[in-house]
Amino acid sequence: MNGASNIASRNIDLAVKARRGFGERIIRFVLAGCALVSVLVTVAIAATLIYESVGFFRDVSVLRFLTESQWTPQFVDKQFGIWPLLSGTLLVTLIAALVAMPIGLFSAIYIAEYAGDRIRRVLKPGLEVLAGVPTVVYGWFALTFVTPVLQSIFPSLGVYNALSAGLVVGIMIIPMVASISEDAIRAVPRALAEGGYALGGTKIEVVSTIVVPGALSGIVASFILALSRAIGETMIVTLAAGATPNLTINPAESIQTMTAFIVQVSLGDTPHGTIVYKSIFAVGLTLFLITLGMNLLANVIIRRYKESY
Amino acid sequence: MADLSKDIGGSVSAMRRRVGDALAVLFLAATMTGLVVLMVLLVDIVVQAWGWLSPGFLANYPSRFPEQAGIKSAIFGSLWMISLTGLIAIPVGVGAAIYLEEYARTGWLLRVIQVNIANLAGVPSVLYGILGLALFVRFLLLGRSLIAGALTMALLILPVVIISAQEAIRAVPSGVREGALALGATRWEVVRDHLLPMSATGILTGVILALSRAIGETAPLLMIGALSFVAFIPEGIMDSFTVLPIQIFNWASRPQPEFKHLAAAGIVVLMVVLLIMNAAAITLRNRLDKRRQQV
Repeated sequence: MNGASNIASRNIDLAVKARRGFGERIIRFVLAGCALVSVLVTVAIAATLIYESVGFFRDVSVLRFLTESQWTPQFVDKQFGIWPLLSGTLLVTLIAALVAMPIGLFSAIYIAEYAGDRIRRVLKPGLEVLAGVPTVVYGWFALTFVTPVLQSIFPSLGVYNALSAGLVVGIMIIPMVASISEDAIRAVPRALAEGGYALGGTKIEVVSTIVVPGALSGIVASFILALSRAIGETMIVTLAAGATPNLTINPAESIQTMTAFIVQVSLGDTPHGTIVYKSIFAVGLTLFLITLGMNLLANVIIRRYKESY
Repeated sequence: MADLSKDIGGSVSAMRRRVGDALAVLFLAATMTGLVVLMVLLVDIVVQAWGWLSPGFLANYPSRFPEQAGIKSAIFGSLWMISLTGLIAIPVGVGAAIYLEEYARTGWLLRVIQVNIANLAGVPSVLYGILGLALFVRFLLLGRSLIAGALTMALLILPVVIISAQEAIRAVPSGVREGALALGATRWEVVRDHLLPMSATGILTGVILALSRAIGETAPLLMIGALSFVAFIPEGIMDSFTVLPIQIFNWASRPQPEFKHLAAAGIVVLMVVLLIMNAAAITLRNRLDKRRQQV
């Protein structure tokens, strides 16, 4: 009697376990599928860009794409040399870097080393708000505020110019430099700084010779990640920098970045399958490779050169 | 003699201190730059929008006459877009986070997926637009519809959702897992009954921040061809649509000054929405911090 009920309950146990095991396996499968989506997205982005670019490079050789200095897809005589778009992108990024690297790094040093708790509680949310402003709002700001202000200083400046866009992109990436650099500075052990003070160093000497060098890998990584963001920024440059592919280093001129060209083509009625339609994929692939390279580089720097305390 | 050396020492240290003070002021000034620009930006938006932000502005469809133009279709479009994006991105993102934190074995595959997610977060948003255009609009024949836009947006915010959900799940003490497993719970029961409830606040905070990014994004939706002139409210996921940032972009890119003011009025609405979402996220975060302190 007793034995029989034991067997019965054991059978039920096994059945429950089997059912649970089956359910568990399905759930595991579904969850793994979710994680797989993130990998598929990368594959899909790369595959799309490469697939359509191959069609483009059948008409325009890679050599011409990389060496010629004219980008004129709207003309009858179409030229597809990437350099004017690349130089436009780099010009905007350079201006943004000159704004964001010092301001972002100094902000990080101030917040991590100087600010008291109460000030920090105001500064950090302020920077978070700055980081949360949509880029189309920054673009509107560049066009309707920054450009007119610049024009009152340099009367010859046009409505569309690289300077205004670059300055505002720089402001946009300040929070990114500041927050990643701040984390890096905070990760430097207090004992190192205390040692500096014990040797008679002033605050600025300790900060500039011990704390900042100790955080250098994180700071450099923050610069690279922020510049990668600047290179991929789209709305500010579309609104404020112009639509003139222009091989120049003059920040007062109207230029066009890679991202702005992609948007311009998609806004127009460019028929699917034409060379101009395909050209956005070639430009997109260039953009993808540059930003991916920079992001991976930042990763490597953080990993390899991180001081382990 | 002794006095002299003290003097030298005193003047050197005074100079060192002055350099330090000067640089401290420089650091403070740099920090203030960002905040001052933010203030200027916010004041400028309000000043430019003044007089244009009326009930009619909220209730009207877009128009080529600036006095009659409004953002009704853009508001409804943004609501549709954000709901659909959330419906797609939240389950997939949280599911992926659960898998990576609780199921996946540590090894090279997990590392590759993690690096991949970090890199996805750094891919320019316009490239997600290119993917959406080629994959959803053209290949899957979804056209320039809400669902094509929402799928694109969901992929865009997926890395942010995954990363923040992972952090929230990781923050649950490991004793909870071990205790439940020791009592005979299956892995899924641990996740469902303990980890998800305990990390819900953290996950929600991350989700709100990710969605507030999506609500301000413009470039990917421009790429997939969201229209700027939509004089109707979308009624289904296959309808064409506009959203607030697209409408703002359209007005900002017109030369007439009236449209710049309209853009400013649209920006005020967008920023208010973002402010509400961020305030919700911060409130949740504070409550979370308080609960952590109690534990």
